[in-house]
Amino acid sequence: MTRSTLIARLTERFPHLMGRDTEIAVRLILEAVGDALAQGSRVEVRGFGSFALSHRPPRVGRNPKSGEQVTVPAKHVPHFKPGKELRERVDAQLTNGIAPLK
Amino acid sequence: MTESVTKAELADVLFERLGLNKREAKDMVDCFFEEVREALERGDDVKLSGFGMFNLRTKSPRPGRNPKTGEEIPITARRVVTFHASNKLKAQIDSAYAERDHANG
Repeated sequence: MTRSTLIARLTERFPHLMGRDTEIAVRLILEAVGDALAQGSRVEVRGFGSFALSHRPPRVGRNPKSGEQVTVPAKHVPHFKPGKELRERVDAQLTNGIAPLK
Repeated sequence: MTESVTKAELADVLFERLGLNKREAKDMVDCFFEEVREALERGDDVKLSGFGMFNLRTKSPRPGRNPKTGEEIPITARRVVTFHASNKLKAQIDSAYAERDHANG
């Protein structure tokens, strides 16, 4: 599923809204999640999962080609932890053998 | 900035910036996450350009252990969701941090 299929499906669910509105809604939701993370907040959606930042401290790495030492700067990377409902629903399909991976 | 952002705050954004009424805003946020869940449940990966990808991975069964008792218990085959942030999202987070580090000296 891509962003455009998601927008199309939401537009079907909200027939009284215009497609343009669902498109903006999807953009606003994703931007709000991104902005929260950029500000250092967590995002927690019950039944879906939570987005948080994990901190990677600076480290001394090596250029694998030249063997030269380089400092890799500290960075914050987003991390997603699936919620209970999502974990269970995704796994149930495998256990029941209904939908093979596409 | 320790408070978590939840569905309520996301719905507020739709109310304030898109002009959906409170009810519609809440429904839209619920449906948004439900659509993503349903896609993953169907076995579909979800690719949201500019944000990231939710991928499904099938894990083989492996032996596990109860860390408390040391007892061996098998971990069954399972399907799990992984998330990979897009380069755009990673860059947004990195530059926000760089700016704050700079501001704090």
